[in-house]
Amino acid sequence: MSDQPPGAVRYSQKGMATPPNRVAPAGRAAARPNAQGGFVYLPLIAGWLVPGAGHFLLRKWGRGSLLAASILGMFIMGLAMQGKLYTGAHDILEILSLVGDLCNGLAYFVSRALGVGADQVQVTTADWGSRFIVVAGLLNVISAVDAHNLRTGRKPA
Amino acid sequence: MQPSHFTAVLLFALCASVVFGITMRDTPRRMFRYGLYCFALFVGSAIVLSWVMFLIAR
Repeated sequence: MSDQPPGAVRYSQKGMATPPNRVAPAGRAAARPNAQGGFVYLPLIAGWLVPGAGHFLLRKWGRGSLLAASILGMFIMGLAMQGKLYTGAHDILEILSLVGDLCNGLAYFVSRALGVGADQVQVTTADWGSRFIVVAGLLNVISAVDAHNLRTGRKPA
Repeated sequence: MQPSHFTAVLLFALCASVVFGITMRDTPRRMFRYGLYCFALFVGSAIVLSWVMFLIAR
């Protein structure tokens, strides 16, 4: 007979990459990067500015390379499809798209400075390209947060 | 660059699956399997939804 109160919900954390409130064994905690001190948000900020840079800082070369190739590849493919780089926000959808574009970090600002990307969507592939650019930004945020979780020890290295 | 719609789906699924696999799992083997799972779901759902829309439009 369980000693839990009736109606209590039990769930398994097995398989979750970032289980909440994980208590690390003392031996492993010492080997983690957060035991070294320093600015814990650096991988998060670096990962936002340059895709994969957060993982490179943590010496996760393979993961960082794959993330950089995927995210930058998606961003460049979006531009190659004449996707639109959002510069202003006139309605809610454009605000959300602009936020997604900004999540690309330096790639967005460099592209704006170079004048690449279409001003208006004129062909079908340009619409897909715009979505590629926005989704690349959202994936970049996921990647940066993953680097932060690795840095703090919330996710096992 | 003007890929076909299905090629765009494949490219999108590949890039998104790589990121999902790496960020959502913690060992290389499980990352690979989860990435493959996501890729199959992306492409599979696109094909199924395409057929559903085709049948609705008839």
